[in-house]
Amino acid sequence: MNLPTFWFILIAVLWTGYFVLEGFDFGVGILLPFLGRDNTDRRMMINAIGPVWDGNEVWLITAGGATFAAFPLWYASLFSGFYLALLVILVALIIRGVSFEFRGKVDSDRWRRGWDRAIFFGSALPALLWGVAFANILRGVPLNAAGVYTGNLLTLLNPYGLLGGLATLSLFTLHGAIFLSLKTTGELRARARTAAVAIAIAAVPLAAAFLAASQFEHAKPATDVTAALAAVALIAAVWAVRRGREGWAFAGTAVTVLLTVATLFGDLWPNVLPSSTAAAYSLTVRNASSAHYALLVMTWVAVIFTPVVLLYQGWTYWVFRKRLRRSDLQPPAPVPGQP
Amino acid sequence: MSVLDLSRWQFGITTIYHFIFVPLTIGLSVLVAGMQTAWLVKKDPAYLRMTKFFGKLFLINFAVGVVTGIVQEFQFGMNWSAYSRFVGDVFGAPLAMEGLLAFFLESTFLGLWIFGWNKLSPRLHLATIWLAAIGTNMSAYFILAANSWMQHPVGYRIGPLTHRAQLTSIVALLTNSTVLAAWPHVIFASFLLAGAFVVAASAWHLARGSDTGLFRRAMRLGLVVMLAAGIATSVTGDVQARLMDSQQPMKMAAAEALYNTSAPASFSLFTIGSLSGGKELWSVRVPYLLSLIATLNPHGTVQGINNVQRAYVKKYGPGSYKPVIPVTYWSFRLMIGFGLLATLLALLGLWLTRRGRLPRGRWFYTAAVWGVPLPYLALAMGWIFTEMGRQPWTVFGVLQTSQSVSPGVTASSVIISMTVFTLLYATLAAIAGRLMISHIRAGEPEEPQDFAADQSLPVFSY
Repeated sequence: MNLPTFWFILIAVLWTGYFVLEGFDFGVGILLPFLGRDNTDRRMMINAIGPVWDGNEVWLITAGGATFAAFPLWYASLFSGFYLALLVILVALIIRGVSFEFRGKVDSDRWRRGWDRAIFFGSALPALLWGVAFANILRGVPLNAAGVYTGNLLTLLNPYGLLGGLATLSLFTLHGAIFLSLKTTGELRARARTAAVAIAIAAVPLAAAFLAASQFEHAKPATDVTAALAAVALIAAVWAVRRGREGWAFAGTAVTVLLTVATLFGDLWPNVLPSSTAAAYSLTVRNASSAHYALLVMTWVAVIFTPVVLLYQGWTYWVFRKRLRRSDLQPPAPVPGQP
Repeated sequence: MSVLDLSRWQFGITTIYHFIFVPLTIGLSVLVAGMQTAWLVKKDPAYLRMTKFFGKLFLINFAVGVVTGIVQEFQFGMNWSAYSRFVGDVFGAPLAMEGLLAFFLESTFLGLWIFGWNKLSPRLHLATIWLAAIGTNMSAYFILAANSWMQHPVGYRIGPLTHRAQLTSIVALLTNSTVLAAWPHVIFASFLLAGAFVVAASAWHLARGSDTGLFRRAMRLGLVVMLAAGIATSVTGDVQARLMDSQQPMKMAAAEALYNTSAPASFSLFTIGSLSGGKELWSVRVPYLLSLIATLNPHGTVQGINNVQRAYVKKYGPGSYKPVIPVTYWSFRLMIGFGLLATLLALLGLWLTRRGRLPRGRWFYTAAVWGVPLPYLALAMGWIFTEMGRQPWTVFGVLQTSQSVSPGVTASSVIISMTVFTLLYATLAAIAGRLMISHIRAGEPEEPQDFAADQSLPVFSY
């Protein structure tokens, strides 16, 4: 395997890590106004992702940095081409990130309601737009001979792009609902399970339609397999959550997200950003990559440090493996006889 | 305004804003880790309260620093795609390393610190804040290595077929003399700022006589850090000046608005009148000082703007190679001036609090509270100086700013994004500032005496 191919796979892995992990963060944020009946519920939901959401977001930053380093031409064309879409994503991620920290800092219902709304939009918009963006990357965008994007924001809002967006939005919401059912107790857990089954009614057909549409246009034997397995994992997840097997259900949606990203990147290969203007203008693994030395250096860094990161992030999930209870967040009842 | 000018303004606004929060994160992460270590070593609950008090302030600040940091990484591609295409092979490497080696460490272990108070053993919990602090300081190294490559490109060649920069030595990039000088300078300046922040928060309480046991200790700590960091910032800045004189003589000349090569060269504290090389109306000058700064020799030769310009035209072809002189001239002085004032404030504070004393009048406390903008301004001026002083280049001697901007992005798109970022950032600054002030005023409650048997309530939970 040559180095540009290795880096294409590594970038796919980074995006997979991002979507599997921040996917459920987004889902929890989207469900916040619907499943959180009172402030304690909502705090439980936010604290369920509290220790990990920031670390999960670093997968995005590293994916961006890795793309810059390994495929500068891809990074340049993609980020400048998707300018306004990325602006919306950035604003959403900014507002969402500070909301977690600021929400509990003033004891006022109005204050908290405002930040709850910010968390909802800050989670829903990226969940939708990342799907739109990746569908368009696979579909191809107008690129001229210099690799410069010649479309506008509306170019991205085509039916296939929107289908991709709805698929990720519903899939992440489902992933988040199942995560909540796995991490909480009592009524909230029951509500999360009911919600997961309800969301599945939308998520299963949307994800299946998106995968089918992708395979219809870009089929490869290998990705036909990953797409089919993604669909199987999704249905298995829904079946598991209905049976109360939340751990298996979470594994199911995680595998669904993983295989969906694998399918998209597999379909994209060997392009990285196809040009809909002329096939000759397409950016490929070969013509968009950095030179051998830079890739070699980065390969050593990635091979040594990615396992370390996985180890300590995995350990974080182990430390916070216990389900949250309402009593964790409510102050203990005052001891009689004391002020 | 052109796309180029708009993109430059946006980059300037977002970067300076981002760097309001970054230095406090850099310095305060280490100070909070130090406070928690003191608690563990001395078993004195005052240090635990100090850790929690400044820890909460640290987290409010950290949140804004993190979210505005994502914009920084995306902007290179969004607004400077021609730059990104040209330099990605070299410049991308430290950025990717920053994510993989530093940001993961910082954010993962900070999550563990925030939520792990009752889940991890005290020693392990202490290790998490140290790892987060190390991650933060490491991230500064990688991003400064990237920036230093723009100031003084090393370890690369221009690809004969691609006509793009290609990395030839990662060791050269990471041991660039420019980053070896810039990293300690930025880190020490960040400690100056974090020290001033701790001093200001403590002074507010001491002026009201509240919780003096805790805040006197915190203030002494802040003052010592400020003074040591202030001195170290000056020393490292001095080293940088000589590097700058040899690597970017135009920037050195522009720092003084020195038009003609001089030996010895004096340094002006103020100038009234034009900085355009004509006759100045009035100035206060220190003889020999610029020669001394630039060459370590009071009679050393410092090249003038006009001389460097002529040499650059010969080397790089026709064009103007002068930065905006009033900006470089004033930002250089104000950086030094604000930094020195902050250091003097620390010296004064240490004298007034010597041997268990507390200042009686309120004036010192007022000065300490209102002195907090000094290091912030010094840091902003430092960045404005070093980035504006490099103009017209993005990569010195290799790529000009005018050739770096995204060709496909329209002016209206940049106007939209700049407006959105400016308004959003202003709102965030107002909210974060208000939250910090109200947290400082609230002080830190006494530690509860009785811990419940199974207390899983996280201290800083959301």
